[in-house]
Amino acid sequence: MSATQPRTRWVLVGILLAALVLAGLVSLVASTDPDGLTRVAADLGLIEDDPGHHRAHDDVALLGYQPDFIAPASLGRAVAGITGVLVVLVLAGGLTMALRRRER
Amino acid sequence: MHVPDGFLDAPTSVATGVAAAAAIGVALRGARRELDDRTAPLAGLVAAFVFAGQMVTFPVASGTSGHLLGGALAAVLVGPYTAVLCTSVVLLVQALLFADGGITALGTNIVLMAVITCTVGWLTFRLLQVLTPPRLSWVPALAALAAFTSVVAASAAFVVLYAVGGSIDLPLERLGAAMVGVYSLIGIGEAVITFLAVGSIVAVRPDLVYGARPVLARRQLELRQPGDPS
Repeated sequence: MSATQPRTRWVLVGILLAALVLAGLVSLVASTDPDGLTRVAADLGLIEDDPGHHRAHDDVALLGYQPDFIAPASLGRAVAGITGVLVVLVLAGGLTMALRRRER
Repeated sequence: MHVPDGFLDAPTSVATGVAAAAAIGVALRGARRELDDRTAPLAGLVAAFVFAGQMVTFPVASGTSGHLLGGALAAVLVGPYTAVLCTSVVLLVQALLFADGGITALGTNIVLMAVITCTVGWLTFRLLQVLTPPRLSWVPALAALAAFTSVVAASAAFVVLYAVGGSIDLPLERLGAAMVGVYSLIGIGEAVITFLAVGSIVAVRPDLVYGARPVLARRQLELRQPGDPS
């Protein structure tokens, strides 16, 4: 390693920013077509041709990454994405921090 | 590839639930060896990145989309056991908060998109790594090949599960051909994203990449200098 390499903290900040941009911005222009499994299942008659494989249980707060209580829809998807990133970060980060070997 | 409720029958869903719980138990033990003060925060962020990556659905064929699964990516970045935990947390949050993937199918989804992608992705990566020259520049390309393999393996595993406990009779040859066909295309997208993500971190801080350690270990004496950033 050389002294010109970024500190670990900046790498972590970079990954977080990338995740927030992907979930909060890039996901807004992502494909809305059914995903591979949903499409195959629809083609073979396993399910009705429904754009959401998100209809499994429809009483959750952020159903299908599209909360209906936020308008416009793009803002709702951005809020859902950023919320998801932060919830995953807290849960997964909390778990891995709890499991880590502590340096003495 | 999030399986909704009702695709697989109850006995199969219970069996995959038990398998998922057992795999997470193994991963909790194994991850203790992979995680330290430096890698634990990275692992949380890799999980968040995998969640974000899964929201970016890309078109693969007419009227069909795909998205990152991220198991191979996480395994190369933070180690296979930790990767199983990271991707399982992603799937749990997706099922509970976003209804993406069924609740009764959570075990199935963890087996397919956490256990199989991380295990196949990591084993493929390591196999390729011992067969190729130990160069840092190879790590992102090997991760990309592992990522492709992991996605195709997960789609094939779904077909096996459906053959065991599918809810209605489907022609299995057609299901297999369709699943492996479409997920081979999605696997190319997975490979590209994995190449870019692993390549970005290898370029700035290869020492943070779990899968680069076997390569770096050979160059340790040349690389370490006083005043290293921590």
